Amino acid sequence: MTALGAALAAHAVVKRFGAVTALDGVSMRAASGETVALVGESGSGKTTLLRCFNALTVPDAGRVTVDDTDVAGAGADPVALRRRIGYVQQDGGLLPHWTVQRNVELVPRLRAMPDAAARAAEALDLVGLDAARFGARWPRDLSGGQRQRVAIARALAAHPDAVLLDEPFGALDAITRGELREAFTALRARLRLTTVIVTHDLSEAVALADRVVVLRGGRVEQDAAPRDLLAAPASDYVRTLLARAGVRP
Amino acid sequence: MTLLALLFALAFQTGDSTAPRPVVVASKPFGESYVLAEMFAQLLEARGMAVDRRLGLGATQIAFSALRAGAIDVYPEYTGTGLVAILHETPTGDRAQVYREVAAQFRARWDARWLPPLGFENTYAIAVRRATADSLHLRTLTDLARAAPGLRAGLTPDFIGRDDGLPGLARAYGLHFAAVHALLPAVKYQALAAGGVDVIDGYSTDGLIARYDLVVLRDDRGFFPPYEAAPLASGALARRNPAAIAALSELAGRLDAATMRRLNERVEVNGEPAATVAHDELRALGLVDRGAASVAPASAGRGSFVAYLWSRRSTLAAETARHVLLVAISLLVAILIAVPLGLALERAPRAAEPVIRVVGLLQTVPGIALLAFMLPLLGIGVVPALVALTLYALLPIVRNTYTGVRDADPSATAAARALGMTPRQVLLQVRLPLAAPVMFAGIRTAGVIAVGTATLAAFIGAGGLGDPIVAGLALNDTRMVLSGAIPAALLALATDGVLALAERLAAPKGLG
Repeated sequence: MTALGAALAAHAVVKRFGAVTALDGVSMRAASGETVALVGESGSGKTTLLRCFNALTVPDAGRVTVDDTDVAGAGADPVALRRRIGYVQQDGGLLPHWTVQRNVELVPRLRAMPDAAARAAEALDLVGLDAARFGARWPRDLSGGQRQRVAIARALAAHPDAVLLDEPFGALDAITRGELREAFTALRARLRLTTVIVTHDLSEAVALADRVVVLRGGRVEQDAAPRDLLAAPASDYVRTLLARAGVRP
Repeated sequence: MTLLALLFALAFQTGDSTAPRPVVVASKPFGESYVLAEMFAQLLEARGMAVDRRLGLGATQIAFSALRAGAIDVYPEYTGTGLVAILHETPTGDRAQVYREVAAQFRARWDARWLPPLGFENTYAIAVRRATADSLHLRTLTDLARAAPGLRAGLTPDFIGRDDGLPGLARAYGLHFAAVHALLPAVKYQALAAGGVDVIDGYSTDGLIARYDLVVLRDDRGFFPPYEAAPLASGALARRNPAAIAALSELAGRLDAATMRRLNERVEVNGEPAATVAHDELRALGLVDRGAASVAPASAGRGSFVAYLWSRRSTLAAETARHVLLVAISLLVAILIAVPLGLALERAPRAAEPVIRVVGLLQTVPGIALLAFMLPLLGIGVVPALVALTLYALLPIVRNTYTGVRDADPSATAAARALGMTPRQVLLQVRLPLAAPVMFAGIRTAGVIAVGTATLAAFIGAGGLGDPIVAGLALNDTRMVLSGAIPAALLALATDGVLALAERLAAPKGLG
């Protein structure tokens, strides 16, 4: 399982919600196999940008591409796109009336993969859950950390071209968050899958990502590798975020 | 759909189309009307005609609308009622003038025929307890007007609304009661005797006036028009079945007021079945053979309530079956309308609140009013009852479908969409299953409401467990009322239980 995945890119993307400009000409790129963190405070536009990559949000201007194909262009099929791109939201979003196994089989089944059950078991194994033990359980019977692991397994089960994570560890306690970050790092080393992760915590971004994109008011404040970001913050804003996250150069 | 068609066919019980159409005889829901209608029915049967009884139809408007709509062929009516309540004319003139007036007008306007009068008048009788009359020196309605501000009146809803009732009486005598309570005919005598009210409206032929030793106040200003009793038949019956008109005309002038009061007393006070009393009188008048078997059910005597129920078991089973059928069909139709409607509203949230408010408004219309409102469109019987019950069942199902789907776990719904489910898949595989418990709770509420409301269906001749309730109230027969009310209550509990079970089975595992 070493698929490298698709390259994701945003070119001068603008998105307005009424009078609010959420994205104000954002350009960034996640190369094949790269993990990029989108960081910023609430309202910085990071989640809006993330949702552009699987067409949950359609930009007002600019282009969003997956492997150089415009995701919102003529003939684009957002449903097919979403089945190729894994997605994890903050609260997991497991379907409460489906077992763990059925939840993880969701995308393989939508894609009519004949080995959906085997893929689900494999994905559960990847996130450190034994399919035989957890497969038949209901989401409500899991801990918060286990639910988030299942959500990640569900995003990976169909071997997607890329995976998008929106504050995946945001709702967890500190210990569980630490465990899941470790699991994520291990997974990343193993899969080398194109990943975009949204977080408000710069320390998390620095620890998990190959590259960090800091957003502020819908614009890119800095786009750099963690080492470069720490060595040369581009602005006072980035310095403030670093200080607040307790990260020292 | 096939099932639905089958249920409808069952509910309508459409008879053999080659058989001659029976004469549909109806009555209004009070004892005298039952006795007269039974006399009509048995006389027609004795003359070899098939009869379909629709006894105890709501009130004047319901019975007359049913006649106009062709749903019934004949029922006993009073000329004064025809003049004032139906023609909306001011009561004037003597007996013969009023009869000529209604006969001409009804024929010209609605093709309805007033057959020859039966021989007695049944005018309104304003009655008080003897003690009240003595202490306040009440003999006439003029006396009553003087004392009225200190008295509470218990009047039939009909009387409160009619021009020849309270409004006209208040104008004619300057009558203003301290309070006016609407009471059903069946309970007003007890209410008066028990002191709950001081004045009631009765009929001059009521058997209970003698029984409770009441004083009827004289109409000293001649306010009430003459109320001659006569069969009121449709023109269609006259053309289709002249023999029926001839048979009913045999009763012309044969019943005087004393006879009628005696017959009413047997029914209302002694609790004899109206059919038996009618049969005895027809025999006494020499209109039916001595040997002719009475259609009356065997009198249950004064045994235990259980024995009484047992004696009515086959009727009760039929009434219960009809009741269940009314509820089941209307609930099914309501589900078929309300679930898609609720889903459509969820897609068009702007329309949701107004639509739900309109559907909610329907439910605030009193049952009997809704039934009366639909009479001109749908006539009487099963169809308008089903329509009314369906309308009542809509609200809880629409509302719960709408809110259930709208509020279905937003996080799960968002994730399902983000991972590539189509909107249809999200609806069918996520939102509907998650909304199922809420939707079923709505269906359960609707079912229990329908069981209760269906007892009103008796007022428009749709049958069911309302039949013994309406008839028992009209005939002052508590056991008969209970024989409908208790099964109806048990049916409501059973419906709740069955639907609760369905709710549990429908709820997806993993919730809760």
